[in-house]
Amino acid sequence: MEIREIIVGAFLGVGCFFVVVASIGVVRFPDFYTRLHPAGKSDTLGQALILSGLMIHEGVSVVSLKLFMIIVLIFIVNPAASHSIAKAAYLAGVEPWKDKEGGRS
Amino acid sequence: MSFLLTALIMFLFWIALSWQFEPLYLISGVASSLLVAYLSHDLFIGQADVRTGVIRLFRFFAYVPWLMWQIVLSNIDVARRTLHPGMPISPTIIRIKNIYRTEMAMVLLANSITLTPGTITIEVNKHEFIIHAVTREAAEGVLMGGMIERVKRIEGGDDV
Repeated sequence: MEIREIIVGAFLGVGCFFVVVASIGVVRFPDFYTRLHPAGKSDTLGQALILSGLMIHEGVSVVSLKLFMIIVLIFIVNPAASHSIAKAAYLAGVEPWKDKEGGRS
Repeated sequence: MSFLLTALIMFLFWIALSWQFEPLYLISGVASSLLVAYLSHDLFIGQADVRTGVIRLFRFFAYVPWLMWQIVLSNIDVARRTLHPGMPISPTIIRIKNIYRTEMAMVLLANSITLTPGTITIEVNKHEFIIHAVTREAAEGVLMGGMIERVKRIEGGDDV
């Protein structure tokens, strides 16, 4: 029981770390497209870790099954949402920020 | 055939979500899964025949662990760059040739690219994928990392 709680704590802690880093990234990154990266994706791993931690806490049960479905749902929906936001910006002509050397295309 | 299969899967999904076995819940579950199956069975099963679909499903399950590992690796990389005082990023836009025939494979590659942090698929059309990468290393990772070939292997030689 004790060991399981430690594992659950580790999952929740690392998950929260990634969510916090994603939030910092949204503030720090220079332009629209780069901000999408942490907002859309570090979140995905963070949430997956947090929900996995909750699944371990819950053990084998219906609640775990539902949590697993939420993880799968996030892994499908989140990239689709990021993609459509990026595409909207691209079609509207938002220019990507480039460093001094300039990006290749 | 596809109607009954969809209805069965929908009913199992209903049971998994409700976990109630009183007659009222079961009857409303049957009714709603039949309705949903009637409306969407041709979309849910798709055009590919069942055998190809099942083979692709198994190949896909073999692909998922590799994808998860890539997501973890590149997440750590992006987290490091986010917290780094100098913020060593070099945003790039690259184009990849579209070598797939099925829409499912295009969706899978586009979603895999977007899920691995550091790269977002901006646009997919018949000829190319347009990808925004937060660093040049991430862009090269898409080109060299083997993701394109793995998705191609899931699609296999069948046409639909």
